[in-house]
Amino acid sequence: MGRKLLLEHINVPGIQTFEVYRQKGGYRAVEKALKSMSPDDVVEEVKKSGLRGRGGAGFPTGMKWSFLAKPEGVPRYLVCNGDESEPGTFKDRYLMTHIPHALIEGMIVSSYALGANTSYIYVRGEMMPQIRILEKAIAEAKAAGFLGKDILGTGYDLELYVQPGGGAYICGEETALLESLEGKRGNPRIKPPFPAVAGLYGCPTVVNNVESIAATVPIVNDGGEEYAKIGIERSTGTKLISASGNINKPGVYEIELGVPVEEFIYSDEYCGGIANGKRLKALVAGGSSVPILPANLISTTIKGEPRLMTYESLADGGFQTGTMMGSGGFIVFDEDQCIVRNTWNFTRFYSHESCGQCSPCREGTGWMENVLYNIETGQGSMEDIDLLWDIQRNIEGNTICPLGDAAAWPVAAAIRHFRDEFEWHITHRDESQQRNYGLAHYADPLEYA
Amino acid sequence: MAEEEVKFKVTIDGIPVEVAPGTTILNAARQIGGDIVPPAMCYYSKLEGSGGKCRTCLVKVAKGSEKDPRPMPKLVASCRTTVMDGMEVHNITSPEVIEARRGVVEFLLINHPLDCPVCDQAGECKLQDLSYEHGLEQTRFEFSKRTFERIDIGGKIQLHMNRCILCYRCVYVANQLTDNREHGIIGRGIHSEISTYIEKALDSDFIGNVIDVCPVGALTDRTFRFKNRVWFTKPVNAHRDCPTCSGKVTLWYKGEDVLRVTGRKDEFGEVEEFICDTCRFETKSTADWILEEPAPIDHESVIAANHYYEFNLPPVIQENKKLQLANEEQLARTERLK
Repeated sequence: MGRKLLLEHINVPGIQTFEVYRQKGGYRAVEKALKSMSPDDVVEEVKKSGLRGRGGAGFPTGMKWSFLAKPEGVPRYLVCNGDESEPGTFKDRYLMTHIPHALIEGMIVSSYALGANTSYIYVRGEMMPQIRILEKAIAEAKAAGFLGKDILGTGYDLELYVQPGGGAYICGEETALLESLEGKRGNPRIKPPFPAVAGLYGCPTVVNNVESIAATVPIVNDGGEEYAKIGIERSTGTKLISASGNINKPGVYEIELGVPVEEFIYSDEYCGGIANGKRLKALVAGGSSVPILPANLISTTIKGEPRLMTYESLADGGFQTGTMMGSGGFIVFDEDQCIVRNTWNFTRFYSHESCGQCSPCREGTGWMENVLYNIETGQGSMEDIDLLWDIQRNIEGNTICPLGDAAAWPVAAAIRHFRDEFEWHITHRDESQQRNYGLAHYADPLEYA
Repeated sequence: MAEEEVKFKVTIDGIPVEVAPGTTILNAARQIGGDIVPPAMCYYSKLEGSGGKCRTCLVKVAKGSEKDPRPMPKLVASCRTTVMDGMEVHNITSPEVIEARRGVVEFLLINHPLDCPVCDQAGECKLQDLSYEHGLEQTRFEFSKRTFERIDIGGKIQLHMNRCILCYRCVYVANQLTDNREHGIIGRGIHSEISTYIEKALDSDFIGNVIDVCPVGALTDRTFRFKNRVWFTKPVNAHRDCPTCSGKVTLWYKGEDVLRVTGRKDEFGEVEEFICDTCRFETKSTADWILEEPAPIDHESVIAANHYYEFNLPPVIQENKKLQLANEEQLARTERLK
């Protein structure tokens, strides 16, 4: 069994309540940080831990914190990004539902480290139960003196608020989140300036994922160096993976980074293998926006090394033969799944969620959806595949925020690895309506290098 | 002792220019002028916060600055990226930029109705210029375009949402020139539309400026609607003593009639000063104005095909001594100031 840091006490009855959480050693990190450490010490520990952002981009959290501008007389804010809406990702919801105090504790420690006296948890609007759970947890923590004025007699004040989101995927992009939090339309801002300089209400702001913030608790408790011992190289610590798709045991798993992907899929400790004795066809390793991988690239990298659940190993080979850790939305496809249909489904999502601010994403996502719909329903032509490739290339990198990239990558990867399946949909129009293609004859992945 | 002003040296397509810190790449390029100025559909120098949305002004930064010579990883929107000392920018010399721009233009056109033959904006439309330069010869979009109903915004302005490219300029005009307004985009993604919030801002004296800032034919002047093609009309700069605005406008003549009044536009298609609705819609007779000179028009523009610089004073003025005198005085003053 791997070590569990976040979900260690997940099965303890009543862990949602303050008393039980406290009995199990909760809020030790707050006591330790506020009483015996300076804010800079906490930042230093997080830097040493090598913790990388768990929201998707994998940017080192300690470094992000150290970029925070600290002008005199200007408030600073910490905002927790709980707008988890990526298809396939549900780890933050799990954490907030079952062990809300881990997030509250992390928020107090992180706010202290950043010198923020007002912090926000922005939770996706659809997650009303989780919002109520968090509000209850905040009230409990406040009653126990861990929030509010003069926490534990240390003179540090912190107010924590939960903000229901506007119900849009785009509000998970950090600047759109800040706009939404300010009460405006959730359009991403044009960067620079970055939130670390001018974020919420024009003040320096750090936006972190729920899991990143919760991970600061074990880091403060055990020290950054201890945390960095878990994992491999620059992928340190544990990560929550939300596994779904055609597997025997879907759910949220906490893994030590460095577990082989093959073990994660097939071992009984985790996913328990492919459901119904089918064969593995494809894998989306980190939420719908990361490139899909065909079976021959899942267990091993193109160099023949075993692929591990780390930021580096999953990204090995770049986008030609690799993928990304992303947010940990682990979606497994068996041989009965249709890649074209799945790509259309993902694209439909991005088209629906595009904010409409910049032209490539607004127009391009809708166009890709239309073309993919045609191919899926047997009305496509061979030129459509090249057209799709052109459209995604024109979107990628030319947009204000990463949503354009997120929409382009799955399409690019699906064509790159499963082009034969797209072609089969065009050459076998009627047949493709009745049955799925099955295992693809994997196209040479380096064709488009 | 006066301190020497700090200037950043920037090279755009190999042409060096020195600009004040905080200038954007686009404005630095505009100081050089000519072909290397990136096209801008959404940026408007007089509107705070505009830009960054249309992505036609993308450029490649090959060298970040003297201190940090690393290139920027992606193409950047030149209208919102400020220059650094020693920055090297590639615009029309970079194939990557040209290709990205071609892609953006294609995206802008897929849902555009391409109804130029019946569009009042034709001839002075930025999207026409852009597609002439960067567009494909034929469309690859084989689906039905998104469509909206036309909306009359009051008696004077018509919103033709089908033609809109969502540059947000009119939203900024309504926000910044009129009172009590939030924003005017409803819907999301491809279904975004400029909407009713604008109708509420009707009382304002300056809402007519949304027509001038609109780069396409989405917001048109109902008083000019279907009256004429712009290239048959002759623009003449004129002014009047207006209590609400500067009163400096361009009159568009067809024969002796003023068909429409707009703000004076500079070489980048931006108005020099915003004008009020009284000047724009109510004062459409030569007698209201003191004429100055033919408005300068880019020689490549279709409007320049009219040889309007041989402009003769309309008979109205020729007959009216008072106007003639006022005109002469004004022309003399303008000459002196030059």
